[in-house]
Amino acid sequence: MIKNISNLGDAAIYCDFGSEVNREINHEVIKYFKTLTSKNIKGVTNLAPSYNKLIVTFDLDVINYKELVEKIINLKLDEISETASKRKKIPICIDEEFALDIERVSKITNLNIKEVYKHILNKDFYCYMTGFVAGMPFLGDTNKNIRLKRLETPRVKVPKGSVGITEQFCNIYTYESPGGWNIIGNTPLKVFDKNKEENPILIKPGDSVQFYEITKNEFYKIKE
Amino acid sequence: MSIEVIRPGINTTFQDRGRSNLYHLGIPFSGAMDTRNLLITNKLVGNNKNDAVIEFALQGPKLKVKQNNINCVVTGNVSFTFKKNSKIYNGECYKTFDLNNNDEIDIISTNNSMYGYFSISGGFKIEKKWNSYSTHLRSKIGPNKGDKIIENDILQLNKNVKPIIKKSIDYSNSKIEFIRVIKGTNFDYFSKESQKSFFESQYQVTNLTDRMGMRLDGNKLNNIKSENIKSEGLIKGVIQVPPDGKPIIMLSDHGTIGGYPKIGVIVSADYDKIVQLPPMSKIKFKMIDVKSAEKLFKLYSMETKNILDQI
Repeated sequence: MIKNISNLGDAAIYCDFGSEVNREINHEVIKYFKTLTSKNIKGVTNLAPSYNKLIVTFDLDVINYKELVEKIINLKLDEISETASKRKKIPICIDEEFALDIERVSKITNLNIKEVYKHILNKDFYCYMTGFVAGMPFLGDTNKNIRLKRLETPRVKVPKGSVGITEQFCNIYTYESPGGWNIIGNTPLKVFDKNKEENPILIKPGDSVQFYEITKNEFYKIKE
Repeated sequence: MSIEVIRPGINTTFQDRGRSNLYHLGIPFSGAMDTRNLLITNKLVGNNKNDAVIEFALQGPKLKVKQNNINCVVTGNVSFTFKKNSKIYNGECYKTFDLNNNDEIDIISTNNSMYGYFSISGGFKIEKKWNSYSTHLRSKIGPNKGDKIIENDILQLNKNVKPIIKKSIDYSNSKIEFIRVIKGTNFDYFSKESQKSFFESQYQVTNLTDRMGMRLDGNKLNNIKSENIKSEGLIKGVIQVPPDGKPIIMLSDHGTIGGYPKIGVIVSADYDKIVQLPPMSKIKFKMIDVKSAEKLFKLYSMETKNILDQI
């Protein structure tokens, strides 16, 4: 349930579902997001779901804060069927060429490299949200033993496809970009594909994700 | 039917009114930074309000037209010249002029402002992506493969079927004393003194300003609660405060998720004005409530409509 609704400026509504990050709360956010998407309310220009918040922007020429809050409060929620959320298997290569920070992770967590990957490969992660840059999935939660902070000095360039961990989260860089996450591998898949206008993202909020290991040869084969 | 790019200028891109309903994928609105100038530009050359224009920052492009009877316009606060039949003329913003094959236009600079616009009757021959002509450089989405316009690019033009009609309007970007702001969702993260000084002291626009955001320098804002929040959605106009205590305003190409506390949000009516402030500009914020902001926006909308109706 929405705990609090307020305004974010004069042309956005800020729906607060709580302060914790967990699947139950995030499931509620996604339920509201999906229902609002299907209702197609006139004047709504964007929906930004995240861990435990949903921001709804609108066109002030069409609707205002008070009118839209009313509509959100009286929303009849669509149930999300279990089949709507998908299981995605993502191949990653953990060769040292790609696992840029594995030694740092191993050192800080006091685990050997094999043990670190035991907590990453073939484990179920949940996609809380996508964004920051196009298609970037925020996955969680990682095992308590491999949680660490961002790099003290972020990289100027993190290669596209890099899989990184920070705190209880894991993400995939969909573009080459600056970044501070601890990089432990790389996927050859196009996690964001702008040429697929109907369905540009591979991993959607609510999906579950499993990483499996591939060799360097397989990596370059898929990449082709 | 084309235009050759002799010099691209700075951050020269195709933009329209932006792209909506893609925040959840990580794609912001983008679109012309100064919407009112976009609308005026399109109206002056007889194009549709949703058509694309060329936006540039500080320095504009130098272009050579490869077609007769091209009707063009430059808007903003911009110095430019055009060369017609080998003779050079000083250009006037908000006044259409026509060029012929091999004539040139040299957009020298914006004056005391950031963005200027250029367009031609009939518009550019470019493709929409997600229902918009806007360029988002970070995700490489939009015309021209989502990139800036560069030297030697050939910009294809649509066939202009309408006769050339000379049009002009007397307009200049409005100056403002205060940027109006509504309290943000994390306003109470800041000490009472910082809350006060945010609205009383002066801030300066730094060089770290682009289509994604505007970093400000001024009184350090003291966060007494938490320097980070759990990452959540961002919208344009949000003022975030990172641990260094210096505010950053999110602009049209912002990242869609962020984890810094939000001290305030610029009101919609002042957005076109704040984006035009070049580095070193001094600004002051003024707190208002939602109702007043809505009234201001109505006024702003009406004013825009009146300007467009005069064209």
